[in-house]
Amino acid sequence: MSNEIEAIQDPGLPAHVHRKADTDPAAANRAERQVAILFGISALGTVLLIVSYIFIPDDLFIFIPVMGNQNAHQLGLGLGMAISLFFIGMGAIHWAKTLMPDTEVVAQRHELRSPDSDRKDFVDAVKSGAGAAGLGRRSLIKRSLGAALGLSALSPLLLLRDLGPLPGKELEKTSWKSGTYLVTDPGNRRIKDSDLEVGAVAQVLPEIADPEHRKLSDIAKDAVLLIRLRPQEFNLEADKLAMTHDGIIAFSKICSHMGCAVALYEQQTKHLLCPCHQSTFDVTRGAKVIFGPSARPLPQLDITIDDEGYLVARQPFSEPVGPSFWERNSQ
Amino acid sequence: MKRISRYRRHKAAGPFLLLFALFAIGTTFNVASATTSAETTAADRSVQIEEGRQIFLKGCSSCHGLNAEGAQIAPSLIGVGAASVDFQVGTGRMPLAEMSAQAMRKDPIYSPEETAALAAYVATLAPGPAIPAESSLNFERDGSTAEGGELFRNNCAMCHNFAGQGGALSQGKYAPTLMGVEPKHIYEAMVTGPQSMPVFSDKTITTEEKMSIIKWIKAAESEPNLGGASLGRVGPVTEGLLGWVLGLGMLIGVAVWLAMKAR
Repeated sequence: MSNEIEAIQDPGLPAHVHRKADTDPAAANRAERQVAILFGISALGTVLLIVSYIFIPDDLFIFIPVMGNQNAHQLGLGLGMAISLFFIGMGAIHWAKTLMPDTEVVAQRHELRSPDSDRKDFVDAVKSGAGAAGLGRRSLIKRSLGAALGLSALSPLLLLRDLGPLPGKELEKTSWKSGTYLVTDPGNRRIKDSDLEVGAVAQVLPEIADPEHRKLSDIAKDAVLLIRLRPQEFNLEADKLAMTHDGIIAFSKICSHMGCAVALYEQQTKHLLCPCHQSTFDVTRGAKVIFGPSARPLPQLDITIDDEGYLVARQPFSEPVGPSFWERNSQ
Repeated sequence: MKRISRYRRHKAAGPFLLLFALFAIGTTFNVASATTSAETTAADRSVQIEEGRQIFLKGCSSCHGLNAEGAQIAPSLIGVGAASVDFQVGTGRMPLAEMSAQAMRKDPIYSPEETAALAAYVATLAPGPAIPAESSLNFERDGSTAEGGELFRNNCAMCHNFAGQGGALSQGKYAPTLMGVEPKHIYEAMVTGPQSMPVFSDKTITTEEKMSIIKWIKAAESEPNLGGASLGRVGPVTEGLLGWVLGLGMLIGVAVWLAMKAR
């Protein structure tokens, strides 16, 4: 047995197999008719589009099984355009595949390098052009052009500033302060503790002087969910229990995972769910995470009532609300 | 008569007679029970309450207890109010068909009169939310669709989906679709908080704001699907599924056909 590796012979191109349409004129005529039919269907699609546009009223709704009730005008336009474009393509491909020449053609690659004479002509042209423009003599033009070009490169760099500025301490602050009233959203009405029955929830915001111009970026941090349970249902440490008022507990509505609005409150299980990634918080245990990707409980707001019974924040949030961020003191 | 009696020994005569008898009993019973009066004047209110108590004892007490005090498998009904009964029984959720994660909407078991009697009885146990009067549910007049949309997105959309189509909760529980639900039942659900749903009290979301929410839901219900099939209006899930399966499938089919050699 020989250890030498045999050189693989170039097998060359496979033998050309003729299509039916190449050999049989009847098959070629059939293929021609098929292509014509495909183009014809496309033309019908365009007609459908025109007819739908002109004659089908745009408020006509028809019922189509599986798809349901829908607007006949839009359906006609869409179907017409889809048929018209798709069948042009299909006809062209079928034409190319059955009737156009299908013999393999070999095209040799030419050399990439330009001929020497062309290269010399190019260098001469650049040199004579530069000489005619007088770049060597008119140094004022040369320098001012250089300065202009260099400065213009600064503008894209300047726009990079829009990536910033860094939020600084903004993410750690909310509008809640000591003594801020809780108000309904929307409505901006103060809430009394007696307004909430056991089992009730309410979304609240901090009261501000100009509620008509509340910033969305503030709402995204300030939103709080009020929940009322029976006081004996809580299973909290003493300091957290002191932050509730007569069964009313207030949590930041912003999920500590990715910042979605946590508000799927299951009244029977006392679980709060985040709709985005199914983090589940146990309200009776201070929004402890019992399922899902969230790493921390929802921050709890310290609430009490004023002399008239209106709910009011006793302190701002003691930790940043919402998801983790780079500079957050993780805990 | 003679012609009929000729067939009395036919082998289908027995089953036919049985069917006929069943049909006759069923229809006459229906006609008879439909004629019971439904009027509720002050005088026969106590009669209605007593009737409700009888229905309760027969249909509900095995789970909720003889005095509606609740048991291991069912909550106490003391203080839930007439609105809660009207919602649970009027939408067919109660009585339960089976012990599952959650009571499902189905055709009501009790007639509107029986439901009203049950509600009247439960309302006597302790004060609770009352059934709203038909005249107070004029959401077309009192509501604002735009305000309702804002309230819906803040308070309802997380569970019931941004278009009111319903959505999943945990452990097999779900928030049902709001399409086709009667305004009265939507209102009752908000004030009573049935099953997993929390209470949205009239003080934090006022009656007018609740009318706005109902008006928005009704507007969403009649919203035409201008863009074609709605795909259940649940957003990226069905749209993505259709795009990946049908759209990509068609593209793969076309690609295979493109590369196929003509014969």
